[in-house]
Amino acid sequence: MRSPRVPEMATQEVQPNETLTHLKTESDTLKTKLEEERAKLHDVELHQVAEKVDGLGQFIMKTRRTLKGHGNKVLCMDWCKDKRRIVSSSQDGKVIVWDAFTTNKEHAVTMPCTWVMACAYAPSGCAVACGGLDNKCSVYPLSLDKNENLAAKKKSVAMHTNYLSACSFTNSDMQILTSSGDGTCALWDVESGQLLQSFHGHAADVLCLDLAPSETGNTFVSGGCDKKANVWDMRSGQCIQSFETHESDINSVRYYPSGDAFASGSDDATCRLYDLRADREVAIYSKESIIFGVSSVDFSLSGRLLFGGYNDYTINVWDVLKGTRVSILFGHENRVSTLRVSPDGTAFCTGSWDHTLRVWA
Amino acid sequence: MTINTLARGGWDREQMACFQKMEKVIVAMQDPDMGMKMRNQRLLITVIPHAMTGRDMITWLIQKYCICEEEALHISGMLVRYGYVYPLKEPRSLVLRPDESPYRFQSLNLFPLWINSFPSYMPSAIYLAKKNIRKQGELMEYEKERYSVLHKRINHTWDFVVMQAREQLRASKQRRKADRIVLECQEQAYWLINRPQPGAHNVLDMGLERPNNLSARVTLVSDIITFVKYSEQYQNHDPIMQGCLPSNPWISDDTAHWTMNLQIVPIPSRLRVERWSFSFMELLNDIMGRREFMIYLEKEFSAENLCFWQACEDIRHGESSRIVEKVEEIYKNFLTPGAARWVNVDSKTMDKTLKGIRHPHRFVMDDAQMHIYFLMKKDSYPRYLKSDLYKNLLAKAIVPQETKKR
Repeated sequence: MRSPRVPEMATQEVQPNETLTHLKTESDTLKTKLEEERAKLHDVELHQVAEKVDGLGQFIMKTRRTLKGHGNKVLCMDWCKDKRRIVSSSQDGKVIVWDAFTTNKEHAVTMPCTWVMACAYAPSGCAVACGGLDNKCSVYPLSLDKNENLAAKKKSVAMHTNYLSACSFTNSDMQILTSSGDGTCALWDVESGQLLQSFHGHAADVLCLDLAPSETGNTFVSGGCDKKANVWDMRSGQCIQSFETHESDINSVRYYPSGDAFASGSDDATCRLYDLRADREVAIYSKESIIFGVSSVDFSLSGRLLFGGYNDYTINVWDVLKGTRVSILFGHENRVSTLRVSPDGTAFCTGSWDHTLRVWA
Repeated sequence: MTINTLARGGWDREQMACFQKMEKVIVAMQDPDMGMKMRNQRLLITVIPHAMTGRDMITWLIQKYCICEEEALHISGMLVRYGYVYPLKEPRSLVLRPDESPYRFQSLNLFPLWINSFPSYMPSAIYLAKKNIRKQGELMEYEKERYSVLHKRINHTWDFVVMQAREQLRASKQRRKADRIVLECQEQAYWLINRPQPGAHNVLDMGLERPNNLSARVTLVSDIITFVKYSEQYQNHDPIMQGCLPSNPWISDDTAHWTMNLQIVPIPSRLRVERWSFSFMELLNDIMGRREFMIYLEKEFSAENLCFWQACEDIRHGESSRIVEKVEEIYKNFLTPGAARWVNVDSKTMDKTLKGIRHPHRFVMDDAQMHIYFLMKKDSYPRYLKSDLYKNLLAKAIVPQETKKR
């Protein structure tokens, strides 16, 4: 990021070299020193603790279903709680609801904008939310009547000042959490469209978010182009924790099943695990031969495996505890843009710029 | 907002990261000591110097990065697709053939990273003009279209374009055949990638622009060991790791597993009932678990706790418009002294909650809800797990037979 030219302050007291650049260098030096000191205290890494754990054998996962029907890049997908239906959205504005098990399309909506980057299934299974370049998040109730025009029942819920990058229902159909290119996240009341809480703190576009599965269910994590992953209190709107170790945009964040940690995927071609109680990064998942950015990550049900969808069309499967790569999966013919494990952990689904979705098991 | 990468100038952060990494690989490949062995490759009757075969590249990648052949093929395929390496045989087909097909490294000034520093149209126009002259008008359809579009756009400098094209062609005629072939292949590969045929795979499509730049306690083993413990506990429940009974529906095409695990079933599966003992949250998150727990609490005469907790959840996640009405209901049923289902909250929390109720909002019940939640978690929940009710359910629970995979 290019910093603007700062004029020298014209006071007598100020030394010529007390410019913004100098102060920034100083703060960077202090940061490095601090990290060196912390390292001396022997912070433990996850793979060290997991040395005695049994390694994983060969994993054979294949494409079990291919969903064809989008006419352009698939950008996002989400599972229904019934473990077999999914909703997907694409660059040409189409949002499709599928029964992934039979590969039948059940509903289709054409949004009035292109690049529908976010879509989500409501917990009840009766509605879907989506948005993108229209800067909004809209909710469509799913009708049982195939002839009914879904677009007519559309409800506009969220309004941002830039593109919508991600959306998620909270524990019910009544609230939606959104993230946007305008650098903020927001919580909305679906019925009234009212803004319940907004979250400020990212210095650039926010690209992803995930809700915590914790007992108190009050926090969520977001990742952005400022390379930061922020944890927020949904009640107060405060950023309660922040992690900045990635070297490039964070495209995806996902909580570990227990809620004690979360994983992130970035354009710097690495995935990382952050422990919330230790308040630091505890694992990096990377390999010299992996060159392209990660677009999306998700855990298997036990949290032992981390699946990453990459911009070089592959899926890498990681042993979360040992930090090693267990498997690499080929199949898509263009970038993998979205990846989610099914609610009961029996499979995971990927969406790609090759216009298709695949279910793997 | 522009979406087309080729139309905008300036660096894209995303491109930088992976291009830098690919360049690292290319540099390593050309290292005089540890890099690839280059030799003369034969192309029909011409000998091309400083070339390598597809097979060489794959072998080198396998050795350097300790990967399998499939992955090496994939990575080297990317290097060709992005133009860092170009084919000498069949130059229009940018694929890596794992055989004796010859390839060369692209010259520095034609690396993808340099596209954005060119004034957009000039190099493309000169290339097409050259091709037009050489092939005497026999360009491909999409090239013809581009040619006429460019002609219209930079009409004022068209003479310059044609002059440059003629000059370059004349210079190339004076080169040795080997150099000429190499240069033609270089150029061909470069333009195939940077001005792809409509409908062809465009590797430089980077998606939407992201223009908005607006700016210690030591970790102990005991902190991190929870991940090891959690994964071990849930391993048998992870279908991708251990499979699931009777079979994984996606693999066997049999939905029995889902039928047996519907939200409400007459007899739950053993794994499911076991999971309720992992944490209080697991019990509450499962509708059947919650129901069973309620039955137990009713026997203990403390069911009002769970009812209260559920009512509070309903406020937290429900419609904004019904908050006031729901808070009143809760007050009437659970908090008023002498209420039928009065909950036992400590006096400090009760005072705070009653004060808050005067101005009801979504989180007004949070403190009281948490107090009751932890009460159930520490007291009723452990006793439920030891109860006959739970033990009998576990004993009766189904363990499905495994059916053969397809």
